[in-house]
Amino acid sequence: MNINATLLAQTIMFALFVWFCMKFVWPPIMAALDQRKKQIADGLANAERAKRDLELAAKRSAEILREAKEKVGELVVNGEKRASEIVEAAKAQAKVEGDRIIAGAKAEIDQEVFRAKEQLRGQVSAIALAGASKILGREIDAKAHNDLLDKLVAEI
Amino acid sequence: MSSELHTSAEYIKHHLQNLTYGRLPDGVWGVARTPEEARGMGFWSLNLDTVLMSLVLGVVLMLVFRSAAKTISAGVPSGMQNFCEWAVEFVDSSVRGSFSAKSNLIAPLALTIFFWVFSMNLMDLLPIDYVPLLAHELGLPFFKVVPSTDPNATFGMAIGVFLLVLYYSVKMKGLGGFVGELTLQPFGKWGMPVNLLLEGVNLIAKPISLALRLFGNMYAGEMIFILIALMGGAWAGMTLGSTALYGSQILLSLGWAIFHILIVTLQAFIFMTLTVVYLDMAHQEHH
Repeated sequence: MNINATLLAQTIMFALFVWFCMKFVWPPIMAALDQRKKQIADGLANAERAKRDLELAAKRSAEILREAKEKVGELVVNGEKRASEIVEAAKAQAKVEGDRIIAGAKAEIDQEVFRAKEQLRGQVSAIALAGASKILGREIDAKAHNDLLDKLVAEI
Repeated sequence: MSSELHTSAEYIKHHLQNLTYGRLPDGVWGVARTPEEARGMGFWSLNLDTVLMSLVLGVVLMLVFRSAAKTISAGVPSGMQNFCEWAVEFVDSSVRGSFSAKSNLIAPLALTIFFWVFSMNLMDLLPIDYVPLLAHELGLPFFKVVPSTDPNATFGMAIGVFLLVLYYSVKMKGLGGFVGELTLQPFGKWGMPVNLLLEGVNLIAKPISLALRLFGNMYAGEMIFILIALMGGAWAGMTLGSTALYGSQILLSLGWAIFHILIVTLQAFIFMTLTVVYLDMAHQEHH
């Protein structure tokens, strides 16, 4: 139990171990610990942010859903209105068209009747002329009596 | 208890003797065979057991920490990394608690001190006869397995701490500031010699108390282990007394060992904390 050079040896070893620890042990472990601390803090912050985002998103989706429902209702109402409008318009147009066709047909019929009457009148005048000539026994100068005949035809 | 050791006094003396290497009385360098020879070697001799044990323990410790530090990652820790992280955080938080300045040295210093001293103290829990017996078989006359029961070891570390205290005192306050601190208070410049005496004692007391506290505690603990071991050593055949003593040795050494776990840890912790506190004082101005 005497003091000897072990003292110096121990001091030197002590210094070496402390130096080693300071150089090669402490910094990497501390760095890893700090990094993990940061990672955990980041993770927690991210989780918090994600939670908030989720809440926002849920709120927004509900909003969007509500809006969409409203829009759909509006569209349905509009569509119905438009459909009835189209139907009404089609009905009106059909009526107009029908009336037009009927009018056209009537005009054609009138024209046919008129044309038939004219024809008939011509034929009647010819028959009357033939009949009269037979009765008078001579040729009637068609030219001389043309105005007479015309008058007759007009009367028929 | 070795068969060559007849009396209790010899047994105790044998267990408290370091394996000392130095110049023998006949002028040859070698290992001292008797305590007297060891004492005669003077300052320039080496306690091989102390140096070897503290070197091995320190190297093992540093390798363990280094291997953990090399593979460490910020991911999920496991195994040795867990332990080393716990150790680092434990030391870091106790340094933060008592050291106010900022320094890259103090925390690793505290870590080294705590675990080195702790492992040296822990050798106290090895059965006290096994290692000396093994050494005896190898032809070594003595082997004291607990380095911290050698005042050389504790004073060696305390000197290291003391040098750091001096270094930081001068670095933080300047040489003039440090000298002023030693001489100009508490009684002003007219009481300079008294001041120097008081502050000098105050300064020197730091490493001495640091070393002696650890040495005293571990030496006393070792001594009690030796005394307890003597009970079984008094074996004198299958008598009631011998059997009772033998049983008491087992129970007492168990009890003392369990209690000693506390002392071992506590002394390492105290050594570390005092070191940090002394260095903190060196960093701060006295007012």
